Amino acid sequence: MAEKHGADIKGRLDKATQTETVGHEWDGIEELNTPLPRWWLWTFYACIVFALGYCVVYPAWPMLSSATQGTLGWTSRGELDKDMKAAAAARAKTVAALADMPIDELPKHPELMRAAVAGGAAAFRINCVQCHGAGAAGSKGFPNLNDDDWLWGGDLATIETTLLHGIRQPGDEATRMSVMPNFGSDGLLAPAQIDAVADHVLSLSGKARRNAEGAKLFADNCAVCHGPAGKGSRQFGAPDLTDAIWLDGGSKAEVVAQIGKPHMGVMPAWNGRLDPVTIKMLAAYVHSLGGGEQTPTPEPAPQP
Amino acid sequence: MSTPPDITQASLYAKREPVFNHRIDGRFRRIKWAIMALCLAVYWVTPWLRWNRGPYAPDQAVLVDLGHRRFYMFGIEIWPHEFYFVAGLLIMAGIGLFLVTSAVGRAWCGYACPQTVWTDLFQHVDRLIDGDRNARFKLYKAPWGPAKIARRLVKWSIYLAISFATGGAWIYYFADAPTLQRAFWSGTADPVAYATVATLTATTFVLGGFMREQVCIYMCPWPRIQTAMTDEKSLTVTYKDFRGEPRASVKKAQKAPGAFGDCIDCNQCVAVCPTGIDIRQGPQVGCITCALCIDACDRVMKDVGRPRGLIDYATLEDSEREKAGQPPTRHLRLIWRPRTIAYFGVWAGSGLALLFLLGTRVHTGLTVAKDRNPPYILMSDGSVRNAYTLRVRNMQGRPRAMEIAIEGLPGAAMWTDDTARADAARSLVRTVPADATQALRVYVVAPASTAKQDFAFRVQAQDEARETALSEVTFDKPQEARP
Repeated sequence: MAEKHGADIKGRLDKATQTETVGHEWDGIEELNTPLPRWWLWTFYACIVFALGYCVVYPAWPMLSSATQGTLGWTSRGELDKDMKAAAAARAKTVAALADMPIDELPKHPELMRAAVAGGAAAFRINCVQCHGAGAAGSKGFPNLNDDDWLWGGDLATIETTLLHGIRQPGDEATRMSVMPNFGSDGLLAPAQIDAVADHVLSLSGKARRNAEGAKLFADNCAVCHGPAGKGSRQFGAPDLTDAIWLDGGSKAEVVAQIGKPHMGVMPAWNGRLDPVTIKMLAAYVHSLGGGEQTPTPEPAPQP
Repeated sequence: MSTPPDITQASLYAKREPVFNHRIDGRFRRIKWAIMALCLAVYWVTPWLRWNRGPYAPDQAVLVDLGHRRFYMFGIEIWPHEFYFVAGLLIMAGIGLFLVTSAVGRAWCGYACPQTVWTDLFQHVDRLIDGDRNARFKLYKAPWGPAKIARRLVKWSIYLAISFATGGAWIYYFADAPTLQRAFWSGTADPVAYATVATLTATTFVLGGFMREQVCIYMCPWPRIQTAMTDEKSLTVTYKDFRGEPRASVKKAQKAPGAFGDCIDCNQCVAVCPTGIDIRQGPQVGCITCALCIDACDRVMKDVGRPRGLIDYATLEDSEREKAGQPPTRHLRLIWRPRTIAYFGVWAGSGLALLFLLGTRVHTGLTVAKDRNPPYILMSDGSVRNAYTLRVRNMQGRPRAMEIAIEGLPGAAMWTDDTARADAARSLVRTVPADATQALRVYVVAPASTAKQDFAFRVQAQDEARETALSEVTFDKPQEARP
């Protein structure tokens, strides 16, 4: 150990550079005393003064339940609020125009339509992807919104209604309410009968052989809602059983399960949760995904 | 030998010796004037030239339209994705500098570099206000008084006016010049315009007015590169020491004919040098080859009745030949050698390639982005639908109808976000606005039996030129159910 301290070397001048040493030596190595430049010190002091001032005017010190507020009253939430208000002000004109416009009119205004679709895409990402997926492709039991198969209808106004009132929402008079009996668990049909009906349903799209028993059972029990040909009914939200799209799966087992104890989806009524303009935007976005239907033109009144 | 300097006492900072260069006339001085006038004229006039591009594009001949991401140069319009043209021009400029440097030395430094041009201009202002070399030196040494202050203020005001006139013109390349000028003087122009003018005025004022040769010697990287590119075959300003040395005054030389060289040690070559060097010490980094020393020396040689060319443009190799008593080679012969020919080949090749690209480029473009979430959609009739976002570019200054068609993918049809599936077809026509890109969401539907495969979208302009662009994409379908 060759560490030396103290007065014997303190203040000694280094031979090579004629600089004072700091007074420590370790294994023959000494540190030269090169003081900081004056400008550096002044900058350092200025930083301290700045920091003190900063602590006074901005929120700085954490306290037990909150933090010091600062004399300026600045908060990051306030900044966000300001930004949000600015964004809202920038959108105000579009929002006002959308609020006044019946959704059927929207396609006649391409600029507004574009704005609505863009806004709807953003709202979709927050509110709808949990069930319908990021690309709105859905999954088993959750409808794919890209395709052309609509349980309740796919024109702008109908989509808007579905969004407003949801599916099977208690307390909403206008909610979409489809009811399929529990044919199996309520004992309405025997397992063999369910099997026959399932075969009939699959035969509608060529996935099974036709059978007379199933056809009869179908006509008696299912045709009320699904129609005699199995084409479904948008009035009751009854799916079309003849197409290639199966909400709850198109295998024999899945169809049997759906007849025996049907799974029936729900969707929140967004009226009251989201503002009407956002709902309109969502409808426009869903309609724009590629499966949207034309608004049906009302049939002319019959001539007397 | 003197004792070596005491390095412990040497300062790391040497005070600048100001350069008061003498006025000189001569052929290189006139060339410098001409190049300066030409450069400034081109610089000032260019943004004010008009070029009719029809109702859809600006009518400024040269315009860098950053806001709309367009670059206009007379009949040429560059889009951002064609920036390789600008890159190509930069490459040509670089190789052009190599070519010029290897051929005629640092001609860029001496005649065309903005730092040289502005320094030259400001040195003339010095002469105008303070007088020539001796008067300026006297004024520099004189104590500060009202007369000196007044002269300095006048001079700096002129510096500032020149800086503003030249720095301020830069902004007109980036916006419609007449509009911008009105806005600028009425105080309503964009703050960026004022900031740009202020910055360029300040840098010109400081660099040209005060830093001058220090920029060339200490700040500029180019002389280091250039001196590496000149060789013994490059034309450069050369003092022919075999002819000039030993130096002697005219009187002394008359007393002993034949004992002395042509240089009479009048120092005129040093007095006129804008960077304050002595060319008789050989090639050096401070020499910008402006050749004013040639003008000065030629005049002195004429006055004392000796042949011109004691200082002259020459190659080192040719100087050696001349020293050995052989006649000098003609400059054109000196320039034409493998190195310059190679540079010229690369330079001209780049230029021809750019011209070829410019001549054959298509003003129609198509990029396609496929929807990947979800990659495909099963339709109720069993068919499969894929969605694509097409961007159709119309790079001409008029709206054009474009036919967009499916190439390949048998049995497929498409419709767009503004039509319905009932209108699905193999092709459709859309009018794309002038000088614009139009986004189009396209749905392609194919029968269930279609395999996953590549196909293409083809866009064809429906005008006499019928330009086409093709973009290949994939059509996805549901995977076969696993057993």
